[in-house]
Amino acid sequence: MQQSAEENVEWHRQKLLRLIADWSSDQRSFKTASWRKTMMWIFLVSDTFIFSCFLISYMTVRMSTAVEWPHPSEIFALEIGGQKIPLILIAIMTFDLITSSGTMALAVNYAYDKKRKPAAILLVATALIGAAFVGMQAFEWSKLIHEGVRPWSNPFGAPQFGSCFFMITGFHGFHVSMGVIALLVIARNVWRGDYDVGRQTSYSHRTGDYEIVEVMGLYWHFVDLVWVFIFAFFYLW
Amino acid sequence: MSDITIKPDEQVPPAEVPEMELFHSHSWWTTYVFSQDAKVIAIQYAATAISIGVLALILSWIIRIQLAFPGAVSFIDSQVYYQSVTMHGMIMVVYMLTAILLGGFGNYLIPLMVGARDMVFPFVNMLSYWIYLLATLVLATSYLVPGGPTGAGWTLYPPQSILTGTPGYDYGIIMMLVSLILFIVGFTMGGLNYVVTVLQARARGMTLMRMPLTVWGIFTAAVLALLAFPGLFVACVMLLLDRLAGTSFFMPAIVEFGEHKNYNGGSPILFQHLFWFFGHPEVYIVALPAFGVVSDIISVHARKNIFGYRMMVWAIVAIGVLSLVVWGHHMYVSGMDPTFGFFFAITTLAIAVPTALKVYNWVLTLWRADIHFTTPMLFALGFLVTFLNGGITGLYLGNVIVDVPLSATLFVVAHFHMVMGIAPVLVIFGAIYHWYPKITGRMMNETLGKIHFWITFVGAYAIFFPMHYLGLLGIPRRFYEMGQTAFVPDSAHTLNIFITVMALVVGFVQFIFFYNLFHSLKNGKPSGGNPWRAASLEWQTPETPPGHGNWGETLPVVYRWPYAYSVPGANQDYLPQNMPPIKGEHII
Repeated sequence: MQQSAEENVEWHRQKLLRLIADWSSDQRSFKTASWRKTMMWIFLVSDTFIFSCFLISYMTVRMSTAVEWPHPSEIFALEIGGQKIPLILIAIMTFDLITSSGTMALAVNYAYDKKRKPAAILLVATALIGAAFVGMQAFEWSKLIHEGVRPWSNPFGAPQFGSCFFMITGFHGFHVSMGVIALLVIARNVWRGDYDVGRQTSYSHRTGDYEIVEVMGLYWHFVDLVWVFIFAFFYLW
Repeated sequence: MSDITIKPDEQVPPAEVPEMELFHSHSWWTTYVFSQDAKVIAIQYAATAISIGVLALILSWIIRIQLAFPGAVSFIDSQVYYQSVTMHGMIMVVYMLTAILLGGFGNYLIPLMVGARDMVFPFVNMLSYWIYLLATLVLATSYLVPGGPTGAGWTLYPPQSILTGTPGYDYGIIMMLVSLILFIVGFTMGGLNYVVTVLQARARGMTLMRMPLTVWGIFTAAVLALLAFPGLFVACVMLLLDRLAGTSFFMPAIVEFGEHKNYNGGSPILFQHLFWFFGHPEVYIVALPAFGVVSDIISVHARKNIFGYRMMVWAIVAIGVLSLVVWGHHMYVSGMDPTFGFFFAITTLAIAVPTALKVYNWVLTLWRADIHFTTPMLFALGFLVTFLNGGITGLYLGNVIVDVPLSATLFVVAHFHMVMGIAPVLVIFGAIYHWYPKITGRMMNETLGKIHFWITFVGAYAIFFPMHYLGLLGIPRRFYEMGQTAFVPDSAHTLNIFITVMALVVGFVQFIFFYNLFHSLKNGKPSGGNPWRAASLEWQTPETPPGHGNWGETLPVVYRWPYAYSVPGANQDYLPQNMPPIKGEHII
């Protein structure tokens, strides 16, 4: 036990030393990350701040509003077979989006193995599951609108419920939709083998590698992760 | 992780990154208009920023004429006055200073100073400029819509900014918010480019601790911008929804002109938090590049290495980090929980430590140096004084108990104009005089430059120094006219007239600068590649102005830091960064 703890410390020490060595070296600070991967990470940090600001604003108005906040398990319930099931649609949507993270990760793996067909199929599958998510979101929107929820008013309580709901899920849905478009473009490029020959296409750097699939994956997993937070703060609270 | 071991006989590790593929333009349009070359984009950014800045300058005259001679000019009614105040503030802070320092100097200097051929994503970089131009045009177009631009003040505080009593209620506020959202989108594209270029595309031998402080300043400012602009983005989206969709994010239940508005339960303070979460880092987005540029100018023109380089770098980083946690000092009188004031006052005053450290280091760089009083150097020295001055009044305003009586007076106006108006603008002038030879191959006229400096510098003091006194008297900012007010002595009115006359003079003197800028383009003395005998990499390009791809056939290799001036034992008083080490040199 004693030895493994020491090994552990040594491992961390080596890790830290390499980090310092990389950052005090020339040319690149992240030795394994390409330019576009670095850019995507930094963009995601910036985007995190946008979503955080949205969610914190939502929490603030939820506290400031003078009217009772509607109960999420009632307002987000679906009537199936004469029974009201709370949060059922959201559960399916969340499951759906997290599944798409799985297919995305598989696509990245196949792309690096240069297995173009399974990679492209999995990318299309990811796009379809993402599109299904947006579709279910549209269904949820239309259901709430049908029940009279508007950005400016809400028959079930605080008007800010509608405002926050449409704004935040709308902004997230916009991210998913953009992701779906990008996934389809990349799927086409992978299918045609553009990244083998290094052809100049959208989303390619002519480097002839499949890294762009992984960069796409970073974005997609981020959109997933954000959804988990929206789910927790909006639907479960 | 790197597996490169440096052999003792090798000075610089081998190249890790293959050469970047540049976009080579084939037509006039793709060379000069839709250019992907960072240097052209930089000039486009700077030209747009300066053009819109001239509009802001003229607006400041409108403000000053009204304050000194109320009612003397008939077209300046209260509506025009408030619109001028709003547009002057917003243009100067966002569309002029941020754009020219990051979009202009960032684009020009980062690739040259770190030894890259271009920014890492030239196409995105081009897109960034065009979206910025679109944002500027949307903002300028708000003068053409019915009701004119918004008059809500540059802080755009709701509820008043979207109520009917405010000028520009109909369309102006919408144009403003849309323009800001566009600016943020465009800026994010540029900011990502600057950050990734600095982190991942440096020349061989160019370590982070060998970068000129200009790059450090712009880099930290770009990081700050990527973290702070989201606050403004969210605030703009929500305010736009409040105005257009009738949501109540920021709007409480409110009665206007006896009419019960259809708003309920929003939080106006939330807007202030979001706005200032952007607004305070914004001060440093403007100030940090100025800090960096001024360090380089002082070092070059004093022929001495910058004092305490590492401390200067860490001070920039520390200021950047601290600036994200001080925004509440803009809100001491907002009705925010008073215990927050305690926290924000402490973090605010803590910023004084790294900032003072930088000022000391600039002064110590000048200590017993071979100071050349060239125009750039004069502007840099002018910055030191105005910045120190503005910083000291910042200590007053950072303390809750001193701030409360001073807030919303002209003291605040004087403070922030000194510290983030005059100071960065002086640096921008200095930087233009300093890098103009690299950009055009010609020197600017020194005599005109010195006239420009002295009138601007002394004039700026004449404008803003008395304003502190007016603020201490309790004269409020943003008031259209004071009318008959018992606590304002007659002398204050006289002082107001003096300030206005000086503002007009200083404004007109800027046209000497513009004349110099364009006249020197054709008639300036040819400068050669390195007229200031500077050591940093951008002066060592094979061509002046640098060609497409910056470095000709081979990329430069860096052997030392950028401040190798007056090195003992060297046969010239500066050693360029890319000159192989001389015998017995202590390499930094």
